[in-house]
Amino acid sequence: MTEQIDAGMVARRIAESDRLGSPDPGREIGRARRRKEDARLITGRTLWTDDIQLPGMLYVAFLRSPMAHARITRVDTSAARNQPGVAAVYTGRDFAAEQGSLPCAWPVTEDIVIPDHPPMAVEEVRYVGEAVACVVATDRYKAADALEAIEVDYEPLEPVLDMTEALAEGSPKVHEAGNRSFTWKFSGGDVEAAFRDAPVVIERTYVQQRLIPTAMEPRAVVATTDGTAFTLYSSTQIPHVLRVMLALTTGIPEHLLRVVAPDVGGGFGSKLQVTAEEVLCLLLTRRLGKPVKWTESRSEGNLTVHHGRDQLQRITLAAERDGRIRGMRADLLADMGAYLMLVTPGIPILGAFMYNGIYKMDAYDFTCTGVFTTKMPTDAYRGAGRPEATFAIERAVDELAHELGMDPVEVRRRNWITHQEFPYTTIAGLTYDSGNYEAATDRALALFGYDKLRAEQADRRDRRDPVQLGIGVSTYTEMCGLAPSRVLGSLSYGAGGWEHATVRLLPTGKVEVVTGTSPHGQGHETAWSQIAADAMGVPFEDVAVLHGDTTVAPKGMDTYGSRSLVIGGVAVLQACEKVKDRARKLAAHMLEASPDDIEFSGGTFSVRGTSAGKTIQELALAAFAAHDLPEGFEPRLDADVTFDPQNFSFPHGTHLCAVEVDTETGMTKIRSYVAVDDVGNVVNPLIVEGQVHGGIAQGIGQALFEEAVYDSEGNLLTTTMTDYLIPSAADLPEFVTDRTETPATSNALGVKGVGEAGTIAATPAVVNAVVDALRPYGVRDVRMPCSPERIWRAISESGGAAAGWAGPTEAEGGER
Amino acid sequence: MPRITVTVDGIVYEEEVEPRLLLVHLLRDRLGKTGTPVGCDTGNCGACTVMLDGRSAKSCSVLAVQADGSDVVTIEGLARNGRLHPMQEAFHAEHALQCGYCTPGMIMAAVDLLKDDPDPSDEAIRRGLEGNLCRCTGYCNIVRAVRRGAQEMSGEGVRTS
Ligand code: FES
Ligand code: FES
Repeated sequence: MTEQIDAGMVARRIAESDRLGSPDPGREIGRARRRKEDARLITGRTLWTDDIQLPGMLYVAFLRSPMAHARITRVDTSAARNQPGVAAVYTGRDFAAEQGSLPCAWPVTEDIVIPDHPPMAVEEVRYVGEAVACVVATDRYKAADALEAIEVDYEPLEPVLDMTEALAEGSPKVHEAGNRSFTWKFSGGDVEAAFRDAPVVIERTYVQQRLIPTAMEPRAVVATTDGTAFTLYSSTQIPHVLRVMLALTTGIPEHLLRVVAPDVGGGFGSKLQVTAEEVLCLLLTRRLGKPVKWTESRSEGNLTVHHGRDQLQRITLAAERDGRIRGMRADLLADMGAYLMLVTPGIPILGAFMYNGIYKMDAYDFTCTGVFTTKMPTDAYRGAGRPEATFAIERAVDELAHELGMDPVEVRRRNWITHQEFPYTTIAGLTYDSGNYEAATDRALALFGYDKLRAEQADRRDRRDPVQLGIGVSTYTEMCGLAPSRVLGSLSYGAGGWEHATVRLLPTGKVEVVTGTSPHGQGHETAWSQIAADAMGVPFEDVAVLHGDTTVAPKGMDTYGSRSLVIGGVAVLQACEKVKDRARKLAAHMLEASPDDIEFSGGTFSVRGTSAGKTIQELALAAFAAHDLPEGFEPRLDADVTFDPQNFSFPHGTHLCAVEVDTETGMTKIRSYVAVDDVGNVVNPLIVEGQVHGGIAQGIGQALFEEAVYDSEGNLLTTTMTDYLIPSAADLPEFVTDRTETPATSNALGVKGVGEAGTIAATPAVVNAVVDALRPYGVRDVRMPCSPERIWRAISESGGAAAGWAGPTEAEGGER
Repeated sequence: MPRITVTVDGIVYEEEVEPRLLLVHLLRDRLGKTGTPVGCDTGNCGACTVMLDGRSAKSCSVLAVQADGSDVVTIEGLARNGRLHPMQEAFHAEHALQCGYCTPGMIMAAVDLLKDDPDPSDEAIRRGLEGNLCRCTGYCNIVRAVRRGAQEMSGEGVRTS
């Protein structure tokens, strides 16, 4: 046990020193600034969408299908219409002429099937929870009451629940066009050759279970109109994308539509969506001329917030006996659910370039088929495609290690890109700009006490201890910072990946930063202030960051895919530089010097070699007064930048997990967890650490606790937080975190994304640990979530528990 | 409709309420106390936690009529005389919140936890907050914050700072 305590203390010391201040005094970047956002969040002075109360506002409630697949034969709303407080009751037919189809912005292949997706079902329902009618009433309770008075008759149709069966001949169809949406292929190198006569071939099938993102704030929408223009408040990650998409879907002209994301209580991809409820609330306010509000209950949300993952992965790895990987095949079925939502088909494709992970190999082949089922559509969930890819390769590499009797870390070392080899173009065609897998791994092994834990594991195995110790490693990278627009274009995505920033120097010398990113917990107000304070030479407190309202911040691509800092933050920096260029000209004029002789330091422009200077505050006032400006100089010190990155961002790291598995009960306890991440330069170590913590928790959630379960009729069984288990404080250990810093070479800040890294890394680390604990029983996989029941069954089914001990392999024993 | 008298953050309210009205909806929709959010409909998440007569309660699991004659303190009433409660300070200092949606309930639950155990171990903190879910932080910093809050409240923090 000692090494865990040591590791914990080391990490705490590291964290403490981070917390005490910047490694570089006087600079804001790198400093563990406490967040500006907190003041309102810890005092209850937030504005969540559900907090918004407008005069005359009406409440909307949706009646949802109890059937997975059925034809709607009759809807009778008359009784509901006559209930007290009810202003209106509508069915899908009432919207049919104007509701359009919810958009899918990512047609991944030319021949993709994109079915019509009415926001409210008109003729047929295709998943439990699909809206079939709505009530608009004077309060939430009355709206809910009236729902019960609506009568709907359904003619049941066959549900389609299993992807493999859905593709089989004769399967009932979700849509007329069939159950296959697309097949997308990609390959690099000569895969046939890599597999021909390969000494070792590992073939495995992994199930990425369906997940419910579960942001703590349920979705909510408020829509209002003055008769001409419309405002939509929504608990969304994407106010800008939403504005464009809603304009296209509803026909409300874009310039008459304002979208506001007020305080947003987490997203994790689930609020990267154009939802039926957003469209319908706009249509309702247009129709009724009154503000309307809809807030989902958690049970409604579990049914109808888009789900995540749900893929079946067939992975084949060809390798040499010395552990060198020759090539890899990934063959996927991806459950789209009943419809394609905003980026549904693109999610598995985002993983396509990541199955090779951090490893060198000669050939790689990827195929993904998108399949329709009668379930809630899937879409982005933290990591989006990349956790699935990382899980597959990291699990498969562990299997390879086991097959060869090698230590799993050693197999990784033999295959990974070494730090001298960057920039490195992978077999999947991406160019990783920088990284140091050796350094992160060595640091993680030391913090973890790897050798001691392996010794303890051997001892427990020898003693046949009913509580076995498992050690899991995951050495991940990911492509994030979505994304270079030209790459998105080449992947048939409907938009670009740039980000916008405006920086305004106000007359009193204060700074306003307007950003197109849309934070919902990430702390952009703090981090962007740090960037701007350094660049402009003003105090941190003198910067305000504006966001999340298309009137205030009219341009942007919003927040997802760990893109905000590496694109949006860089845009802020560049806008500051542009403002300073203008300020420099003004300073030169006022100081009667050439701009080339002007230096900038600590917020003051001065003439090189003299003491003459002007502070940025003096220049701000001078520009405002505009009495004495250089010839042709517009009286303003502000600038706009739209930054489009040249490459993705490639954070990486090594995560190690030790679990104790009680082989008699199947109970798993995470004993220690170490994460050493390399996210390049760090703007705010507190925020980075927080992102890593939260990411790990979600990755552990997938590994051990979470699954959206549908029964054989297509009913979701996990509609409440009692059934869909997200980890509580009591389920998780203290995480030991540290960093190595290999600056990104692809952006001016040297930063890499961090929002998804923890989630991507953690799931395979945990499952590798669980399987490692059970190796002596002959277990080579446990389906996620690795619940006590699944673990217990895995042991029983492998025959291990009954027939006795398979025993560690010779080489596994020999490695330590 | 039943008439109730309830004190919320120091103000006495007299309200006529439907018997089925939840306390959290009285607070949010009627009294404008939107600092207390709702995260679920099954009493699992703890986002709605307030102090009811000095002990923490999930306000989504209490009817407004049950709160008749009670004293309710929400996150909005925790700061006194313009000074944040030490637990609010601690959450800020330890970066124990990201989106902040769980935070009001988490802070109220943490304050209540210390009433029974003024110097809790990390494990006791984790167990004590089991009924308050956070999707953002992974709880490490929440545990640190509660520890720090406990120190501040016991006066230790005052001596060392
Ligand atoms: S809202 Fe009260 S426990 Fe979830
Ligand atoms: S901070 Fe977002 S749920 Fe806790």
